[in-house]
Amino acid sequence: MKPRVFWLFSREIHETELQKFYSRLVKLLQLKELGHETVDSLHRLHLILSANKYARTLPSDLQQRLLLLLSSPAEQLQVLSSAVLRETPPSSGEELNNIQENVSQLNTHAAALLVSQARSRTDLNNLCAQLVHGLEGRPSDGPTRSLTFTLPVLNSILRLSPESLTEEHVAILSKKFVDWLRYASIVQGGGASAGGFFTGPRSRQPLPTAELDGSVSGDFFTVLCVGQGFTEDQWMNVYSFSMLRQWLLTYHSVSSGNSTMDTANRLQLSLSLSHSFSNDDRSEVDGSVVSMVSATSSTSRLLPPKERLREKAFQYCQRLIEQCDRTCEAERRREFLSFPSEAQKKSDTELQKACMVEAVCVLDCVCVEDPSMVFRTFPSIKALFSRLSSDLSYARILLPIAQFYLNHGEIAAVDCECVWKLVFARFPAELFNDPFLAHELLRFLRQNLDSLRLRAPEFIRFLPNLLKFLAWDSSAVVDDFVDLLPSLVTEGTAVEMLHTLLDLPCLSASLVLQLRSMSLPISESSSRGLLSLDAFRNPAFRGLFLFLLRVETGSGHTIDRLSTLHDLLAEAADWPRVVRCAQVVPVLLHIYFNTVATVAEEKLLAHLILVMLERSGLLLAIPMYSREIHRVFSCHLLRLCKLRPSLVVDQSHELLEFAGTTANVYSKEEVYTHVVWVLGEYLSASSDSRCSVALITSCFETLEAVLFEITSSAPPPGSVCPAPKVITTLMSALAKLASRSHDLIPRVSLFFSKLRTAARNGSVAWCADEDDLVAIVTRGEELWSLLKAPGVAQSVLTPPPHVLTPRWHRDTNLAMPLQLRVLTRLTHSQ
Amino acid sequence: MVRCFLIHTVSPVGALSAGESRVLYSRLFGPDEAVLSKQPREFTPEERRLLQKEKVSVVARRVQSAVSLSREASGRQPVDAAPGEEALVLQDADSGVVRLRAGDPFSEEMSVLWLGVQSLGFTLVCEPHDNLLLAEGILRNLTRHCLDSLHMLGQGSEVLLKSSRIDILLSRLLPHGQLLFLNHRFTQSLEKEVASSMAK
Repeated sequence: MKPRVFWLFSREIHETELQKFYSRLVKLLQLKELGHETVDSLHRLHLILSANKYARTLPSDLQQRLLLLLSSPAEQLQVLSSAVLRETPPSSGEELNNIQENVSQLNTHAAALLVSQARSRTDLNNLCAQLVHGLEGRPSDGPTRSLTFTLPVLNSILRLSPESLTEEHVAILSKKFVDWLRYASIVQGGGASAGGFFTGPRSRQPLPTAELDGSVSGDFFTVLCVGQGFTEDQWMNVYSFSMLRQWLLTYHSVSSGNSTMDTANRLQLSLSLSHSFSNDDRSEVDGSVVSMVSATSSTSRLLPPKERLREKAFQYCQRLIEQCDRTCEAERRREFLSFPSEAQKKSDTELQKACMVEAVCVLDCVCVEDPSMVFRTFPSIKALFSRLSSDLSYARILLPIAQFYLNHGEIAAVDCECVWKLVFARFPAELFNDPFLAHELLRFLRQNLDSLRLRAPEFIRFLPNLLKFLAWDSSAVVDDFVDLLPSLVTEGTAVEMLHTLLDLPCLSASLVLQLRSMSLPISESSSRGLLSLDAFRNPAFRGLFLFLLRVETGSGHTIDRLSTLHDLLAEAADWPRVVRCAQVVPVLLHIYFNTVATVAEEKLLAHLILVMLERSGLLLAIPMYSREIHRVFSCHLLRLCKLRPSLVVDQSHELLEFAGTTANVYSKEEVYTHVVWVLGEYLSASSDSRCSVALITSCFETLEAVLFEITSSAPPPGSVCPAPKVITTLMSALAKLASRSHDLIPRVSLFFSKLRTAARNGSVAWCADEDDLVAIVTRGEELWSLLKAPGVAQSVLTPPPHVLTPRWHRDTNLAMPLQLRVLTRLTHSQ
Repeated sequence: MVRCFLIHTVSPVGALSAGESRVLYSRLFGPDEAVLSKQPREFTPEERRLLQKEKVSVVARRVQSAVSLSREASGRQPVDAAPGEEALVLQDADSGVVRLRAGDPFSEEMSVLWLGVQSLGFTLVCEPHDNLLLAEGILRNLTRHCLDSLHMLGQGSEVLLKSSRIDILLSRLLPHGQLLFLNHRFTQSLEKEVASSMAK
């Protein structure tokens, strides 16, 4: 059967059939030998339960049987019963308590059930206490297995509920962490036979563990040590390192109660340690490495548990970084001699990168908790940076290093310039197509915005570069930019940013071309038939593309040749990346304008209005793109003018020029309509005292000419009739202007009468729909009759501010509560 | 800590509408967020279960659209592969990461790693502090094992009726959602353990 059929079957099963199935299963579970059929039925039961949205309650006898299975010797049955029970409503507290009490027999699958069925914080606290107790009371050589799952279970609870552990528990576990991390055995575990790593008798002389490159480990055990088999404490070493960062982060803020050392003492200690650590010469003896890390360990015996753990974490990470360095060097040598790399080696290489990330992050945690550690840590971080920074394949490790520099560079008085250059200039420019790096880098930015603005304010300059992530994979990172954008808009960047956002689809196309031109040899370019690729390679257009691909703000300016660029990229209009990118631009523009309205001064806003007018006709020709952008422009033109009405008078020259161009009626209808509206609305002495009669008259004449032109002839070939909204907006604007300068009333009245006469004859060339024409004429007649009483017309068409923003509700005399109170009193007195 | 591992469809299937994804396997780790939330009203177990199921399907849908967008953008559509070509298919798999905002659907922000193999999505929901580089390697390894042991390429997929195999796999390679730093020796011994446990 196909999966789909199974699925539908399990959702539509009948209740009676189900009851039969349950009772058959109970019978099966009563048998001594649980065979294939039982396993198969349990799988089916799990499917039935999990495929349904709503929980089904199992019959109690079946549930009892399943609970018993949790401690079955066969793991598959434990797994299945745990999985089935997880899909049912929680069992009664008693049953769960029974499982929990027997913590020594608890297995990983039963623990998973307990965690997932916990009904309250108290349940979890109890479970935590039991587990910690189990860890603590266990003799080190007892029967094992359960220890290894205890830590992950604890961690999974603590993640969501850190207060489940008492201060005492935290101290106990911190001590345990120290033991596992720093003092795991350095000889290989018993034979690697299945099921018993730890229990097998050691028949031969224990061998020391090895480093990944095969040499004998010269220092304490870490996750990068290998052997034929592993001892329990070596497993715990792996588990505790895997949890270490979480642990430090979770209990970082809780103060350690019995800490007696003050900061000055700690500082002194750390200085003396850093001194002993700084002569970092490794001595190689018989191929084994004795690192200097362990040489510093004796001093920390006296520390309280949490600080001791910090110290050990520090040592562990230092050793990991050393180990990675050694193998990286060895790897480079191998690569140089071109030895083939095995799959195993590959997975370990990846592991080493992950280890370096973790080590740097843990060191960061340690230093955040105890700033005196910064001086001891920085030398190795610096060394790591200088080794890795030239190779971009280590970019993912360099990000946590950058975080370290950001957090601690100031204390250590380290120059961070080169770090920011790398992260904000090289990474986006060369790795824009790495989705993981994009995700992490943008998260780094989001989480550190305040800190970056303080310590690395120059990052704003790299804005065009950062936008490459958005241009390349807009749907994946648009969320990040929605969050970031408001902080990136400043007075200095606003204008360039607007242009950059509008040209984002061009950037997207250029990035595609950049990658293609790198991957295709020049001779093949023409065979692909991409004109834009040829253009990309053509030295004559190099400057244009370089401008789009610029790393920093303010380098170059090509607005004059933008239309050339759009022509060159015309064929990119249907590339999926470009189309997706064009879809996110309007969203970001809205955010941009909302922010700009709050940060910018009048002069800048005036400039932005000009840019809008200019760019409304200068966009990459993607279907729907222009229309969407025009919609955004219109919306924000209106908002900006409403916010600062004097902008209209300031920019009246440019606005009139735009409104006087008849072609705009057809190609930029939306923007045009709004420009006309703001002119009609805000070109009045009440909005700005500088507004003169001459200005009103010149505006009137400009609009009148356009209205006359579009209503006296058919639209130019290739365009449709102007929308009725444009015509009525023009009419209203004219009427408004006329109401402010009464000399103009006869002229507009004349137009309205002509309009009525023209419409009486039936159809006109400039309006295809009869209903539309009727609506236009009606509107004209309304305005006409209004203008017959100029005084009324003025107060209707340009109402005074107190009418526009009524505040009656604030007037207590008129307020509803007062009226209600009066009424109540009246009714009650009767 | 990983919050959730799931296997789901990423191409249109049967009766589902285009944007939907069918979850073939899902495993949530750790206690239920809703139990610990400081909501004014406590959820009933029934509501909590429904919430969890919805969370999983939100993730599946988000990943499905991410996979299809990524395939559309790169212009690569998966070619049909036969059983036996698992390694090859895995090598060609699309991969990426999706950000889930806090509250949508998990209470904290999450990073969702995904691998798109043919019509299947393999997805890990990771917490903000998780080591994504490590998680990627683990996701790849888990996916390889799932493809191998459940014969997920081709028609006779056993994912729905052999879910215990995935549970056993997860209990070793991703115990309770914990990402582990395992070198190849540790991985080998765990894999042996998994194999013997499945064979019993």
